[in-house]
Order: sequence, then structure tokens, then C-alpha cells
Amino acid sequence: MVFGRGLRPLSIASAALLTSAFALVFFYAPNDADQGFVQKIFYLHVPLAIVALCGFVAGGVYGLRYLRSGDRAHDLRSYVSIHLSLVLAVGALLTGSIWAKASWGHWWVWQEPTLVSFLIVFLLYACYQPLRFSIEDPERQARYAAVFAVVAGAFVPLNFMAVRMAESLTHPRVLSTTGGAMPGSMRLTFLVALAGMACLFVTLCKYELASKHASMQLRRLKRRLAGDEGLVPLERSAAPQRL
Amino acid sequence: MRRVVGALVRKDLRLELRTRESVPAMLMFSVSTFVLFHFGLDRDRLAGDLAAGVLWVTLLFAAVLGMNRLFVAEHEQGGFDGFLLAPVDRTALFVAKAAVLLAFLAVVELAAVPAFAVLLLGPSDGGALPGLVAVLALADLGIAVVGTLVGALAVQTRARDLLVPLIALPLLLPVVIAAAHATAPLFAEAGAGALPGRWLLVLALYDAVFGLLAFGVFDFLLED
Repeated sequence: MVFGRGLRPLSIASAALLTSAFALVFFYAPNDADQGFVQKIFYLHVPLAIVALCGFVAGGVYGLRYLRSGDRAHDLRSYVSIHLSLVLAVGALLTGSIWAKASWGHWWVWQEPTLVSFLIVFLLYACYQPLRFSIEDPERQARYAAVFAVVAGAFVPLNFMAVRMAESLTHPRVLSTTGGAMPGSMRLTFLVALAGMACLFVTLCKYELASKHASMQLRRLKRRLAGDEGLVPLERSAAPQRL
Repeated sequence: MRRVVGALVRKDLRLELRTRESVPAMLMFSVSTFVLFHFGLDRDRLAGDLAAGVLWVTLLFAAVLGMNRLFVAEHEQGGFDGFLLAPVDRTALFVAKAAVLLAFLAVVELAAVPAFAVLLLGPSDGGALPGLVAVLALADLGIAVVGTLVGALAVQTRARDLLVPLIALPLLLPVVIAAAHATAPLFAEAGAGALPGRWLLVLALYDAVFGLLAFGVFDFLLED
């Protein structure tokens, strides 16, 4: 199994898409009528959040596939997907906070269901790595992490529903209601930014998968050459270390 | 299946009756927390959404104590191995443990909710009671299901006591949101208002989704 296939075209594609997205953001998309220039953080914040959520759900799907098949490659995919989504989620929370400060005057706004549910989802997934780290047996680690990923993946939509019901609606509904009202130039920019972010996520996933897989193979080769005694014992890790 | 579940539930209830490890601790914790809230908020009487929030946060933390202990005997005394050796459906353990946690919560609430009413609520004619029982039942079911899953997930890890609250609290947040919103009108100062049906619906949906999900994935936590 080769994880590194197609890395070069993917890298080029995400670089090209992101560059053109930012070019569009600064030179093509009009300033928002109410918020002015500040609103342009939207083209970074919303793709980050959407891609992170999709990554979390993808982690759950791979977890389910691992539970069904027992194929450790799915566990690795699930881990990498959730790991990188966590990184993007930090970015989404930071940009969301900056946007909230700029447009509503506060760093954190509780009347904002999307931001609040995102924080809850982030807090839940932040336990994923500690959970993996505190289980030593690799097979059990993979199985338990997959159960967590499946449950948490199902939690994401339910949580968004509950929080949205509890709060008033002040957040711009980019995809449902206001999406229709977005002018064409803004929508084009947003779609390019979203595609770029998704492409970047896939590329990063592939890079991490390839790197993890390469170090596993290196270890296997070392063992074949030097035998078990010649190997440095594996340190405990949250990441899967064997396929 | 029913016989297996019955046997497991009887075993756990007998164990609790003899050792008295979980329920008294949960109850003491709840009452202490009510006292803490009295001083922390510096109020003699609570009403409305503040009362609902205090009640639900306290009950949730008390439930976390129960989740922590739920599988400890199995883990330390080899109960998992004994159960896995028996030729029975593994999901029976999930059903039994969820039922036990539900029973613990019900017993705790039987004492903690009156204590809450005496300590922190104003005088009442008890008109809120039927609605409160409905919300408690639905919310307890959700807490029991998710708590059993999280307890089983965390008991095999090295940081059990830390992971249970870290995972359970975000997972149970929709329950707290829905239960607190549903109970807030019951504690209104002007007397118990109507029970908001849509929040009961959210609780029921949560119970159904996580009940089925936990039922489906619990097997994987036992395989060895």
C-alpha cells in the first residue's frame, strides 16, 4: 500500500487554489456593505470550520470501517483525519474570535450557536489524543479510538442542532439562508477558498499518512537487518505505530 | 438475554448494597454542591433558569462520579474475563450496566431533588413535580447510556478518572441544554409553567440516537 501516490499534483493544486483564492479575496471580491474589509476573514474562517467538521466526520467513517474490517490502515486514516481537523479547528476558533471582536466588539459571543457548538465539538475531540495516549496496547488503542471517533462523529450534528435551538440566530447562515443572497463574486471567491482548503486538508493528510507509513517501513527494515535487539523500543505515542 | 441482564443487574445492585460505594458518594456530592452553590451565588432562593442550571450541573457531576466507578470492579477483579468466558450476548453487559447506572441516578435523585427543593427552591405546591419527573426520566436515560459507554471506554486506560469527565461532559452537553431549558419554566417564580415539549423531543432524540449507537459499538470495547 502506498500512501504517497499523487502527492506532487495535489500539492501543486492546493497551492494554486489557495493562491488564487487569496488573490480573489483581496482583488476581486467586493467589500461587505455592513462590515467592510473585516468581513474578508470569512473566506478563511468558514472554509476552515467546514473542512474541520468534515474531517471529524471522516474520522468517524474511517473508525467505523476499521471496526468492521480490522484493517489498521483505516485506523491510521482515522487518526490522521482527526489530528489535522483539530489543527484546522484551532484556526477556525481563532479566526472566529477575531471576526467576532471586529464585528460585534467581543472576543467571545455566547449568542452565537455555530461558534459555541464548534467549541464544544473541539473540546470533545481534544480528548481524542489523550485517550489514545493512555492506552498502551496498540490493538486496543486502535479499537477504542475507533469507538470514540464513531460516537463523536454522530455527536457533531446532534450537538449543532441542540445549540442552535438554544440560542438566538445572529450568526450569518452562510450556506442556507444568506448563501442565496451572497453576490456572485463573493460566492465564487468563497467556493474557490473552500475548494483550496479542502485540497490543502487532503494534501496534508496524505503527507502525514506517507510520513507515518515511511517510518513504519523503516522500522520494519531495521528489524529485518538488526533483529529485535538492534531496535530502539517504541516510545508510547498517541499515533498508530504499526500497520 | 433478559435472564443474563437480570443476573448482571442483581449482581451489581447486591454489590452496591454491600459496599455502598457509589450512591452515597453521589448523594453526598450533590448535597455539598447545593450548599456550595448557595454560598458561591450568595442566594437563599433560586428560581427559573438559574435553579434549573444549578440542579442539572450538580446532577451531571454526580453522575460522572457514578460513571467512574461503574466498571471498576469488573476491571480490577477480572469480571470482564468471567463475562467474556460465559456463552452470552455481549450487549447484555451494556444493557445491564446502563440499567444499573439509571437505577443509581434514580435513587440519588429521589433524595437529591427534595434536598434541592428544601435548600434552594422557594415554597411550592408541588405542581412542577410531574413535569420534572418526565424530564428527569428522559435525561437520566441519556446520561446512563452515554455514561456506560464512556465508563467502559475509560476503564481500560491509565488515566481513567481524568478521561471520564473530559469525554462525558462535552458529550452530555446537549442533555444539559435540553434538560435545563425544559425545567426552567417549572421553577419559575410565579409558579410552574407549561413544560416545553420540543426540549423533551430533543432529549428523546438524543436518547434514541446514542442508545442505538452505544448498543452497536459496545461490543468492540469488550473483545480481547
